Amino acid sequence: MSADRGGQQRRRPLLPYLLIAPTVLALVLVLGYPLVDMVVLSFQDMTREQLFSGESPPWAGLDQFTRILGDGFFWRVVGRTVLFTAVTTVFTVALGLFTAQLMHRVSPWVRAVIAGVLVTVWAMPAMVAASIFRWLFDTDYGVTNWVLSKLPGVDLTHHNWFIDPWQGFTVIVAVVVWGSLPFAAITLRAALAQVPPELEESAILDGARPFQVFRHVTLPVIRPVLLMVTTLNAIWNFGVFNQIWLMRGGQPEREYYLLGVYSFIESFAVNRYSTGAAIALVTVVLLLAGSVVYLRQMLRTGELE
Amino acid sequence: MRRQRSLGRDLLGLLVAAVIGFPIYWMLLTAFRPASEILSMPPKFWPGRPSWDNFARALGSELFWDNVRSSVVIGIGTVVVSLIVGTLAAFALSRFRFTGRKAFVVVILVVQMVPLTALIIPLYLLLNDAGLTDSLSGVILTYLVFTLPFTVWMLRGFIDGVPVELEEAAMVDGCGRLGAFRRVVLPLLAPGIVATSVFALVQAWNEYVLVYILLSTPEKQTVSIWLVSFTTSRGTDYGGLMAGATLTALPVVVFFLVIQRRIASGLAAGAIKG
Repeated sequence: MSADRGGQQRRRPLLPYLLIAPTVLALVLVLGYPLVDMVVLSFQDMTREQLFSGESPPWAGLDQFTRILGDGFFWRVVGRTVLFTAVTTVFTVALGLFTAQLMHRVSPWVRAVIAGVLVTVWAMPAMVAASIFRWLFDTDYGVTNWVLSKLPGVDLTHHNWFIDPWQGFTVIVAVVVWGSLPFAAITLRAALAQVPPELEESAILDGARPFQVFRHVTLPVIRPVLLMVTTLNAIWNFGVFNQIWLMRGGQPEREYYLLGVYSFIESFAVNRYSTGAAIALVTVVLLLAGSVVYLRQMLRTGELE
Repeated sequence: MRRQRSLGRDLLGLLVAAVIGFPIYWMLLTAFRPASEILSMPPKFWPGRPSWDNFARALGSELFWDNVRSSVVIGIGTVVVSLIVGTLAAFALSRFRFTGRKAFVVVILVVQMVPLTALIIPLYLLLNDAGLTDSLSGVILTYLVFTLPFTVWMLRGFIDGVPVELEEAAMVDGCGRLGAFRRVVLPLLAPGIVATSVFALVQAWNEYVLVYILLSTPEKQTVSIWLVSFTTSRGTDYGGLMAGATLTALPVVVFFLVIQRRIASGLAAGAIKG
């Protein structure tokens, strides 16, 4: 950044490399090697036998990929994962933006109440959140069934939400959105605070409607944060595992498979480690393709300088 | 007119807070209820006489303290290792320009996008080869996957916030580069280190899949696995589960409330300004 630091660099070119060496080493060991291993594994055929004998698994060429890519079920899981990611992300960002706007406009003490609730929800482990929602949506004693049955024409007494996967996923979407709302709301609220109030006021004086103010004054300021929140949420939601695993009691039905769950089950329940690795590899490739937009934006705004 | 409008907004705000907070309220309510009241229809929305039965059952379960112990060991181990390793790299990123720096930053960012579930198989095989499955140090090692990139990224933001002139002054006074860092930057970094380590600690405390796969001895497993034990083939003990959930979440909530401002600003600084 400054000339001084440039001078430092010339005098001791080795120091920064020594400083990052442990991190690089750790990342190569726990991330680089496993990633390479995952790629290698997906071109082999590893089963329980090789795991215990320690022999290297036989090569299988593209067999794993031709099998999963030629399987209609795999593509249904991909489609389901993309849809799940889109729905959870849209809901999280929209509700986050709504909550942030609301926090921006209420009295300070109400804002403190909302912030306190958000931070508490933020701190809830996914395990705890999934447990609570299972209880809220319990077939016989769940409070949700009781409340919804109060609506005219609705009777959900003893209704099991998980028989129909669409309804089941509604509950899973709810728990995921609930868990990621605080990060979205608090971050967006910080971004909204950066919008100069004078700008909004003068736009209103000029006769702009609320939506126009948002569109032309607020949005340009919060756009980078909005993009970041959206991308991070999409990345997290694409890899969702815990909530589904726990809400289905560790034995998700095939209708509840998303890519993460599918890969896990192929590996550790069916013991086809190579098929699991191939699915995981496809997942990572899809994710990276999806986040290219985000990375390009970060590079363009010079954040990586 | 204006007052009325703000009153309306305040009410809407409180309503939103109530809706978002309801699941937590329901967890606490259930946790403090005797079993007879939990399974009753229609549900009661107000607390009656609090009962400690559920907590007694949760705390009395055979593995609870063993599992808390391994959660704490794993959490502290993860934080210590990722802090020591990560601070050095964050310092390099913040204070030096060097060839390969940009590539390193991109790697740190991209790595955070790889879902953990994709890495379970190779990580398991790696630890299996090293004979580190079913050991807490193996778990700590694998947790570096997600804590280390995050620690580097967040601490770098905090170091950026410390004026470089302070270090230069110390170096004029005879400190070496690292000496200046240790004596000048590190003390000023304390809040950032606290925030970062709490965040890493919480992630380690909450993690479920890896420990589920890696740790097979019941005594070595963590509280997130213990929590699942309330669901058996005979059904779910919701009272015990909600008490257990409360106990699991309690330390995390306390930590979060203590450092919430720093988390928000640290995340914002790390993610937005870079």
